Amino acid sequence: MLLLLCVTAVAVVRMRGLWAAVMMMGIYSFLGASWMLLLDAPDVAFTEAAVGAGISTVLALATLGLTTTRAKQRSGSSMLPLVIVGITGAALVYGTLDMPHFGDPDSPANSYPHPSYVERTEGDIHIPNVVTAVLASYRGYDTLGEVVVIFTAGIAVFVLLRGSRSRKRTHRSEGSEVRVSRHD
Amino acid sequence: MMDNVFGLYNYWVVIFLMMTGFYIVISQRNLIKKVIGLNIFQTSVFLLYITIGKVEGGTAPIVSEGFNVYTNPLPSVLILTAIVVGVATTSVALALIVRIREAYETIEEDEILAQEKLT
Repeated sequence: MLLLLCVTAVAVVRMRGLWAAVMMMGIYSFLGASWMLLLDAPDVAFTEAAVGAGISTVLALATLGLTTTRAKQRSGSSMLPLVIVGITGAALVYGTLDMPHFGDPDSPANSYPHPSYVERTEGDIHIPNVVTAVLASYRGYDTLGEVVVIFTAGIAVFVLLRGSRSRKRTHRSEGSEVRVSRHD
Repeated sequence: MMDNVFGLYNYWVVIFLMMTGFYIVISQRNLIKKVIGLNIFQTSVFLLYITIGKVEGGTAPIVSEGFNVYTNPLPSVLILTAIVVGVATTSVALALIVRIREAYETIEEDEILAQEKLT
């Protein structure tokens, strides 16, 4: 499946048609969500499938409807970006050599803070899902901030598109925006 | 050596995806393509965090009888927030592209720059 993920990403690079590229992005998000499910993060997988694969694709398609569906053939060599990407990638791979191995229960990320909050969640908040408990209660302020971010983005989109010539299309984009906030 | 390869394989896949997104952003001139590249880059970071949080033999962090080992819930929480914020920024970027198209009649970066030079 990781191979499929890589193939999809490369397909996006090769594609000329924007329509197909957006669809590939949706498939890529969905594969990513499946991988997250295998990595024991069902909450993230749901959100990625609904928001990443669903709403992002709808928004991108709406944009295609307002602009164009073909990318122009570009001229000139593509060697320089490839070299830059290769060097950056090699540096990052070198960086991973010191990282804790996959699934290591003693890695720093999994040892701090003290895991006892997982045991206390049930008594504190009365829901078994620790992710929800942290998101909505222990770190509720962060989630409030997130809602503010979405609200700001919604206003920004509204202001940007208000000057559009076609009123009908503006309303359609607004509709997608409202759905984003509700999905949070 | 083989131990290293299997232990770090997931990170390398993530790095490959990240570099693919990076390549799209710096090599493509179409603005929508660039946004797609950013999205791929972003998703690879999500996958990196979720990979770090995985604990061998653990289950999803939902407390229930009979399970003692849970995968780390903190990366999940972080990434839930990041996904939603990511969509918010993507929608603003796409709205900007729509406006750019209205102003310049094109969404190719080089053509926009050429028009800027003329005026």
